[in-house]
Amino acid sequence: MDTIYLDNNATTQVDPIVFEAIKPYFTELYGNPSSMHRFGGQVGVTLKEARASVAGLLGCEPEEIIFTSCGSESDNTAIRSALNARPDRRHIITTAVEHPAILSLCKFLEKKDGYEVTYLGTDEYGRLDLEEYKAALRPDTAVVSVMWANNETGNIYPIEEMAKIAKEHDVFFHTDAVQAVGKVDIDLSKVPVDMLSLSGHKLHAPKGVGALFVRKRLPFRPFLIGGHQERSRRAGTENTTGIIALGKACELAREHMVEENTEVKRLRDKLEKGLLEAVPDAKLNGDPEHRLPNTSNISFGYVEGEAILLMMDQLGIAASSGSACTSGSLEPSHVLRAMGVPFTFAHGSIRFSLSRFNTEKEIDFVIESLPPIIKNLRKLSPFSAEKQAPACTKSFSE
Amino acid sequence: MWEYTDKVKDHFLNPRNVGTIEDADGVGEVGSLACGDALTLYIKVDGDGKITDAKFQTFGCASAIASSSALTELLIGKTVEEAEKITNKDIAEYLGGLPREKMHCSVMGQEALEQAIKNMRGEAPSKAEHSHEGELICECFGVFDEEILEAIKVNDLKTVEDVTNFTKAGGGCGKCIPDLERLLAEAHGEGVCPTPSDKPAYPAEGMTNIQRMHLIESVIDNDVRPKLKADGGNIELVDIDRDTVVVRFLGMCSGCPSSQATLNGLVETALKEKVDPGLKVREG
Ligand code: FES
Repeated sequence: MDTIYLDNNATTQVDPIVFEAIKPYFTELYGNPSSMHRFGGQVGVTLKEARASVAGLLGCEPEEIIFTSCGSESDNTAIRSALNARPDRRHIITTAVEHPAILSLCKFLEKKDGYEVTYLGTDEYGRLDLEEYKAALRPDTAVVSVMWANNETGNIYPIEEMAKIAKEHDVFFHTDAVQAVGKVDIDLSKVPVDMLSLSGHKLHAPKGVGALFVRKRLPFRPFLIGGHQERSRRAGTENTTGIIALGKACELAREHMVEENTEVKRLRDKLEKGLLEAVPDAKLNGDPEHRLPNTSNISFGYVEGEAILLMMDQLGIAASSGSACTSGSLEPSHVLRAMGVPFTFAHGSIRFSLSRFNTEKEIDFVIESLPPIIKNLRKLSPFSAEKQAPACTKSFSE
Repeated sequence: MWEYTDKVKDHFLNPRNVGTIEDADGVGEVGSLACGDALTLYIKVDGDGKITDAKFQTFGCASAIASSSALTELLIGKTVEEAEKITNKDIAEYLGGLPREKMHCSVMGQEALEQAIKNMRGEAPSKAEHSHEGELICECFGVFDEEILEAIKVNDLKTVEDVTNFTKAGGGCGKCIPDLERLLAEAHGEGVCPTPSDKPAYPAEGMTNIQRMHLIESVIDNDVRPKLKADGGNIELVDIDRDTVVVRFLGMCSGCPSSQATLNGLVETALKEKVDPGLKVREG
C-alpha cells in the first residue's frame, strides 16, 4: 500500500535531487571544513555556496545566515540573544498560537527568569489584532516574536507591518518562519525583521539542520559557545551534509515557488472543497484568505480526531490531528483553543498539509474515502447535531 | 502514534455490539463532547438477572471505542452481580493492555457500567448528572474527588501523571494539579500526623551518663553473661568511652577463635538493641 502523505507541515520527504547532491559528502568528501588542508577546505567552499543559496531564498546577505541544528535552536538562539543584548528590558511579546519552541521558552523565561510575557490572542479565524499588538508594546519590551505562518491552520500573519511597528518602538523583532520558508515569498531586503528562524526538514531537506537569519546591524549573543564555527556565533562542527542539503533545498524551493502557489494550492483547494461539500457538519479552521498554499485544517463535528486518523491510516493516508489524543495532552490544540473553536468541532480537527510531491490521483482518493470514514464514526457516536445540548457547544474561550 | 495491541486495533476497526437497545433495562451515559470522549451503554437483563444483550455508542479515540466494545463483550452472559465486579483493569486486560496515557478510556467504561446498573435498579437516571459526589477538582474535564480517589485506590496510582492518565484530571490547564497532589497524599496516608508515640526512639535516649552506664551493665549481666556462662565462659565490663564499650572475655571465651563473632553477634547486637544503636563494642 502506497502512502498518501498529507502531513508535510510535520516533515517533508527529502527531495531526491537534494539526496543526490549530498551523497558524496558522506563518502568521498567527508573533510572537516575547519581543517587547514584542502581536503577539508573544499567542503568549506560548498558550505559557502549553501549559505549563499539560503540567503538567496530569503533576500538577505550570506553573512546574515547562521546554521543551526533545527528551528527550535534558531528560535531559542534568537530570543535569548535579544534578551542578553538588552538586559535592562524585561518584557517579551509573542502570540498564543506560536509553536511550542517559542511558547515553552517564553513560559520558562517567565517562570524561571522573571520575564513578563504578553501573549497576543486571535479572533475566531486565528487572526491577530494589530491594535492589541501596538498596545502591548512597552518601553521595556526587549523582543517581539511572531510566527510568519501557523503550522496548524496555515494562517499567514502580517509580519511586515508588525516588524515595522516594532522598529518604530526600537524593539527587536523575530519571526519563526519554519512553515513559511519555501512556501511564500520572503524578501528580507524589504521586510524589516531582525531575526528569522527556518528548518530544513520542512522544505525537503533532511531533519537536523536549520538556520537563523540575524540582520547585520543587530547585536548578537551566541547560544552555543565553543569553537569558532559560524564566525563564533554558533559553536560546533558543522552538520555539513545537512547544510549542503539545506542549500540545495532552498535553491529548489526558489524554483518551485510558483508551483507551490499554483499547483499545490489548486490541489489543496480541491481537497478542501471536496471534503467540505461531501461531509455535513464540517468546517474550515483558519483564515480563508491569508493562508499557506499547502495547508487545510478541517473540523469534522461530533467525531474524534485520532479515530479519524487511524481509520485513514488503514487506507494509507497520513495526516495530522489537532485533537489532543494523538499528542499525549488531553485538550485540543492550543491554536484551536485560542481561536475559540467549539468543542463540538475542536476534537475532530484534521490538518492536511500538501507538498509538490502530491498528485491529483491522491487527492481524489482522499475525497472519495474520507467521507465514509466520518459517516461510520458518526454512526458509532452518541452525538449528532440534533442531540447536541447547548452546553456542549461552548467554546474554549468562554 | 500510540502503540495499540492487535486486540485494541481489532475492536476499534470492527467494534462489536454497536448501537442502541430500544427497550434497554439499564442505560449509562458518561463523558461529554467537551471532554473529548463519551459513552452510552445499554444493557438488557433477563428474569434471572443475566445480561442477555449490551450495546454501546462511543464518541472518542480508538481506545475509547475499543474499550466500549470490549466492555459489551465482557458483559453479555454475565449476571448483574458478576458484572458489578468488572473494573477498568478487566477491560484493559481483555484488550491485552492499553497505553498508560489511555487508561481513562477503560475507566469511562467502568463508570458507564456502574451507571447502567444503577439505572436498571431504578436508583439513578441514565446520565450521571448529579451522581458525582464530593468536590469538583478538575474543571477542564469535570472530574470530582471521589472518582480520583477511587482511581488511585483501584489502580494503585502513584503520581499526578498517573491520575491524569486514568481520569483525565490535570490534562488541561493544569490548575488542579496541586489538588491532585493533595488527593494522592491523602490516599497514601501522607499528611496525616502519625500518632505521637511515648516510646523513645531507643531505650537509652534521654538518659544521663550514669543511667546509661547502669543500663549497659544490666544488659551484660542479664542478657549476655548467662549465655556465655552456659558455654563455660564469661565477660567483664572494662570501660565505657562515649559510644565505645570495652569488654574482656574470661574463661572459655578468652582466646576462643570465635571471640570476635561473639563480640559482634552477641554482645554488640544486644547493646545496640537494648541500649543505643550507636554503640560499638571492642575487646580491651
Ligand atoms: S482544572 Fe484540571 S486541568 Fe484544568
